[in-house]
Amino acid sequence: MAYLDHAATTPMLPAAAETMAGLLGQVGNASSLHATGRRARRVVEESRETIAAALGARPSEVVLTGGGTESDNLAVKGLYWARCGVDPRRRRILVSAAEHHAVMDTASWLSAHEGAEVVWLDVDEHGRVAPAVLSAAIAKAPDEVALVSVMWANNEVGTVAPVAELAEIAHAYGIPFHTDAVQAVGQLAVDFGASGVDALTVTGHKFGGPLGAGALLLGRDVEVAPVLHGGGQERDVRSGTLDVPAIAALAVAVEIAVKEQPERAERLSELRSALVSGVLAAVPDAQLNGDPAFALDRRLPGNAHFSFPGCEGDALLMLLDARDIECSTGSACSAGVARPSHVLLAMGHDEARARGSLRFSLGHTSTDADVDALVAAIGPVVERARSAAQ
Amino acid sequence: MKVLAALSGGVDSAVAAARAVDLGHDVTAVHLALSSTPAALRSGARGCCSLEDARDARRAADVLGIPFYVWDVAERFGREVVEDFVAEYAAGRTPNPCIRCNERIKFAAVLDRAVALGFDAVCTGHYARLVDGALYRSRDAGKDQSYVLAVLAPWQLARALFPLGDTVKADVRREAAARGLGVADKPDSHDVCFIADGDTAGWLRSHLGSQPGPIVDARSGAVVGAHDGAYAFTVGQRRGLKIGRPAADGRPRYVLDVSPVTRTVTVGTAADLDVSSVSTGRPTWCGPAPALPRDVVVQLRAHGEAVPASVAAQADGGLRLALASPARGIAPGQTAAMYDGDRVLGSATIERAVAGRSVEDNS
Repeated sequence: MAYLDHAATTPMLPAAAETMAGLLGQVGNASSLHATGRRARRVVEESRETIAAALGARPSEVVLTGGGTESDNLAVKGLYWARCGVDPRRRRILVSAAEHHAVMDTASWLSAHEGAEVVWLDVDEHGRVAPAVLSAAIAKAPDEVALVSVMWANNEVGTVAPVAELAEIAHAYGIPFHTDAVQAVGQLAVDFGASGVDALTVTGHKFGGPLGAGALLLGRDVEVAPVLHGGGQERDVRSGTLDVPAIAALAVAVEIAVKEQPERAERLSELRSALVSGVLAAVPDAQLNGDPAFALDRRLPGNAHFSFPGCEGDALLMLLDARDIECSTGSACSAGVARPSHVLLAMGHDEARARGSLRFSLGHTSTDADVDALVAAIGPVVERARSAAQ
Repeated sequence: MKVLAALSGGVDSAVAAARAVDLGHDVTAVHLALSSTPAALRSGARGCCSLEDARDARRAADVLGIPFYVWDVAERFGREVVEDFVAEYAAGRTPNPCIRCNERIKFAAVLDRAVALGFDAVCTGHYARLVDGALYRSRDAGKDQSYVLAVLAPWQLARALFPLGDTVKADVRREAAARGLGVADKPDSHDVCFIADGDTAGWLRSHLGSQPGPIVDARSGAVVGAHDGAYAFTVGQRRGLKIGRPAADGRPRYVLDVSPVTRTVTVGTAADLDVSSVSTGRPTWCGPAPALPRDVVVQLRAHGEAVPASVAAQADGGLRLALASPARGIAPGQTAAMYDGDRVLGSATIERAVAGRSVEDNS
């Protein structure tokens, strides 16, 4: 089997799985005051320090959450509520038009229910928000902007944003900046402090950690309103009993992923380049989506994204699946129906190109054989899918 | 064979797919998304459009260990089934959307795509039998669905698989339970799947708007009532007429005719409903076209009685069916399915019903 869907989720690193399994049988609520509670607390705090060190944050800046979607919700809603609580004029949320739904739909919900005004920041043909676009959007009414959210690396087409530069623009106006870095950690160098962002979303299962464990890195002086109310854990902004085994495994995974990132990025870049040239050789009219420059500050090393003219993405997916090659189309609705990717549409592509697209994403277990299997299959599969689309 | 099994989320299609697997076929499941805005939960016994049904279908595929995908046919279904349904009612006709769906979606759009993607056949949970390419009624007479399949041409039947045709429904449920399929006890679906609350008249009103008109007595020509839209009435209907004045003979009144142009609904007695012959549009034969005229058994409604008839070709390419005994509640737009015993010969859409006590009266 060729698993080419690491951007969806990647296998757990054996060390992380071992850590998690080892702790699953142990009792301990990290909020309890007795010895058992203190043991659990110690695991959590050591993990927090590990996560902080790996990602260039202070331990107090690590808010542990249930994953990427929760972190995005906390950042966008939390910053919005905190900012307009201080000054009710701050109603504008500036969001890239190519964001993940966890950010987009949160912003849209605030617009529908909480009086927010969402400003979708245009992206270029590669899916990138130009600094000038952000400057212009803020400059229209700087006092009315609650927050800016632009993802570090796009989950569909792999385009890397100039995050530090964008954060600096927001900061010039005193506006907090959030970035969803779910796809970036483990593939790119991610340093929270150096990037200058105020809030940064990470999730474990994209870099070999467990599902359902993530964090929002949140600057010490950044105010957010809580989304989950309760026992006051996690700086009083994210209540809930901490999942000690998952947090420990998250820490193990992030430490390994960050340590091995430079080497891994190089290896994935090579594999990805082979994949791209192999697919383009087999299907000469396939269109590579996203940034054609493969430098690490331009595109995720493990990402390849194509449109196959005359094909439906879901037909391609099914035909590849039948040949044990696993990849993904753009977004699917809850029933599982493929929808044209909003990212490709935002990049200016038409609906046909968006519908006929596939993402192949590589990760820590990817091999040459995976790429070879895809390159061997893609030609006949595209031919078959074309005949079905007539 | 490579088989594409359409899973609605109900018990029948799940057991049909299971049997296809047992037969040694290479089976892939698809759930057809028929609505672009599916409801989260099923309402009552209606379904195949909700997310809950999609989940049930997915779970059945999991249990069977076969690949599962959702195919989005909402746009095509909306155009070819839902819009057709509205247009037919607006024209004073009585359509059968399940027949349209089989004819234009399941065994057309879906079958075409399946074949193009390398499948040999489409498998469904319909209660009908295929023997050497010919279509027959199912063993379970109460569940028989050969009527809604009588629109399929030989090339479509050649690529169809109906594994439930020789089994009664109760046994299908038992088999589902034995196979560990969670849908074993799921209620049967009824009515029109895209009308969630089952209120066809209300649904049509929301699509066609209010179109008030008179209700006229067939014998006297007197206006005996008023209605809000002729489309809400179907020939043979008795309930919901709200006729203020009782008929002179004291007998109940039934809808005899619906004329959308004049917005007139004509009512009469039960005896006035009797139809002795019908003329139809061009037929679709499920096998080689039979020599005409000939004697057949004809079924004029989904769960209607089968009536002996003689069928003859008309000059316009349609058919004329002379019924041996009068049938009631026959409306234009309905499908006349013709049988030779249990074997389905074909079908045609009724264009006109001719009233009369019997064939002799009419000759």
